[in-house]
Amino acid sequence: MIENLNVFAVRTLTQKEYFAPGHRSCQGCAEALAVRLVCKALGRNIIIASATGCMEIVSSPFPFTSWKVPWFHCAFENTAAVASGIEVGLKVLMRKGRIPQKKIVTVGLAGDGGTADIGLQALSGALERGHDFIYVCTDNEAYMNTGIQRSSSTPFGASTTTSPAGKTKMGQITWKKNMAAIAAAHNIPYVATACPSYPMDLIQKVKKAADIKGAAYIHILSVCPTGWRSAPDLSIKLGRLAVETGTFPLYEVEHGKYHLNIDFPKLKPIKEYIKLQGRFRHLTEEMIEEIQTRITHDYEQLKERDKRGF
Amino acid sequence: MAKRVGMEVSIAAAEAVKQANVDVISAYPITPQTHIVEHLSEIVANGEMDAEFFCVESEHSAMSICIGSEATGARSFTCTSAQGLALMAEMTYIASGLRLPILMIVANRTLSAPLSIWNDHSDAMMIRDCGWVQYFVENGQEVYDHVFISYRLGEDRNVLFPVIINMDGFVLSHVIEPIELIEQEKIDQFLPPYQPLYQLHPDQPITMGAFALPAIFAETKKAQEMALRASMGKILEVWKAFGDMTGRYYQPVETYRAEDAETLLLTMGSIGETASVAVDQMREEGRSVGLVKIRLWRPFPFEALKQATLHAKNLVVIDRAVSVGGPGGPVASEVKAAIYGEPIRPSVYNFAAGISGRDVTPFDFIKMVDKAEIEIEEGNKEGFEIYGVRE
Ligand SMILES: Cc1ncc(C[n+]2csc(CCOP(=O)(O)OP(=O)(O)O)c2C)c(N)n1
Ligand code: SF4
Ligand SMILES: [Mg+2]
Repeated sequence: MIENLNVFAVRTLTQKEYFAPGHRSCQGCAEALAVRLVCKALGRNIIIASATGCMEIVSSPFPFTSWKVPWFHCAFENTAAVASGIEVGLKVLMRKGRIPQKKIVTVGLAGDGGTADIGLQALSGALERGHDFIYVCTDNEAYMNTGIQRSSSTPFGASTTTSPAGKTKMGQITWKKNMAAIAAAHNIPYVATACPSYPMDLIQKVKKAADIKGAAYIHILSVCPTGWRSAPDLSIKLGRLAVETGTFPLYEVEHGKYHLNIDFPKLKPIKEYIKLQGRFRHLTEEMIEEIQTRITHDYEQLKERDKRGF
Repeated sequence: MAKRVGMEVSIAAAEAVKQANVDVISAYPITPQTHIVEHLSEIVANGEMDAEFFCVESEHSAMSICIGSEATGARSFTCTSAQGLALMAEMTYIASGLRLPILMIVANRTLSAPLSIWNDHSDAMMIRDCGWVQYFVENGQEVYDHVFISYRLGEDRNVLFPVIINMDGFVLSHVIEPIELIEQEKIDQFLPPYQPLYQLHPDQPITMGAFALPAIFAETKKAQEMALRASMGKILEVWKAFGDMTGRYYQPVETYRAEDAETLLLTMGSIGETASVAVDQMREEGRSVGLVKIRLWRPFPFEALKQATLHAKNLVVIDRAVSVGGPGGPVASEVKAAIYGEPIRPSVYNFAAGISGRDVTPFDFIKMVDKAEIEIEEGNKEGFEIYGVRE
């Protein structure tokens, strides 16, 4: 294996940008990077349905747009349904000969709030109906657009504006919802987790999802320096640490078969990941220990699945 | 020759959707709209219609799918009632803001609570200001006809608005009526395939649904408001063209024995037919009573309404919903607003009747006219009451 293959491989990517520079995201926003990479992976023959959220707000203040591909936003909780509509619209128009036959990939794009909370029902419906589309959740672990409120994807212990660390509560009191597993439970052909800190892995997964017939779900951990209270220049490093500590493992579920993409014989202690983020500043040693136990357990479970295949 | 067939109005509605060559149907079942969806599923399942049919997981998604498919340029249809409409309310505003000419039939039903499946107009009134063209039809034939009328109108590049056909739940949706079916060739001529002005497609990438800062939002709202008002001309034009094809001419406001009437009843929806029976009875007794029926609810037909009503002394407006804690019934409020600036205008007495399926018979209309005439005579010129409440 060539050492640092990923570093060189990125240079082979298309220079073309479909999510144009000049949008209004914060410095070091890995969610914007994730979207940029998703677009690079898919090319121009796509239509994106976006949810309300940071990526929508930073990219589309009328009369400006960052989108060089057809892009549609209508609300917060219905991205998967809108994408379903686009997919069936294209299908029927092609069948009836009203637009030329060609492969156009329909993409739903939403944050963790728009996916795991308010949009879960619409997503479940779309996955169950089996539309031929890709749903991308960019997970920055809170409602960032509206000011860092908790979501069901916010990790245990994280302080947000609606799960603040106070005298009696130490931030988020619930564990992060496992969206990828929920998507996989719909028996769709392809589910994957990804992170822009691993750009080639992310791009490969998005391309695979585009090639697969049927619904595909990709869950992308997206570091948000503003919400995580982390240094903007650490976003790539934090994404790597999330993976290396086992907090956010990179895996695929193809037709129900689990496959861990990068396995670490020994995980880094989660403390290395946590200590770089102000949202965890208040955590006690015991709480960090509790999180470590849970992460280790979940990672072991995932390894089991990887071994078993399901 | 056009065939006249006895059929349930919901079936006629579904047949019209088929004949209109709709591309995408997406709906969620709710009484009393269900027969439309069921029949459409059957039609598609039997291959009688080349459409994509999706019975989705909620009305919110049903409307969202229509929004997505319509944005690609596919003619899209949905239908619902009451709670379903409430659930999709958010999306109704978005469909019109994005100028997507979807058609929705609403089989009007009461909004909970208490839960009730029966008919009134509380659901339609909830989304009164959603920016769609809104019809209230009176019978099955009108439902059938307005499917073609609505698509032809909504898809016109000078209009580009979604359209709601309101039809009363049960009293219309579930009754069997004689329907004159139009030959397919005629329909195909009247309603050619949809040619969208903008559509989502990679060959011409566009951004649809950008957000507006305060510096631009008011301008977009004004543009929408002007466009919906300006659609009146097209509405009349499409009705005229339809009339020339079928012999059935429609008007935004219709009158019945109203020209010389001292007292006018005003209705919207299917109770207009019952009201006309009451008018005949009162005329036989020598009373000077007539009827005005509103068919077009949005854009509101100010001129036609004035023409039909200003000469009368008393205007008895029958609402099918209550603006709780407000000025009475929503129709009366609008009627009053429409004639307010006129130097000579009738007194408007307002009843909310037939709330949640309570029967309104010709006898009830006569009682309401009696009551209104007395109240106005006694000086209570702008009264409101919910009719027929047991004490
Ligand atoms: C029905 C509805 N409820 C609430 C909101 C307000 N809202 C807009 S975006 C948002 C949070 C978005 O969070 P997420 O999906 O995680 O995306 P992010 O901004 O974090 O990328 C909320 C609560 C809304 N637009 N619509
Ligand atoms: S708040 Fe976070 S997700 Fe939103 S633009 Fe800023 S860095 Fe990106
Ligand atoms: Mg988020």
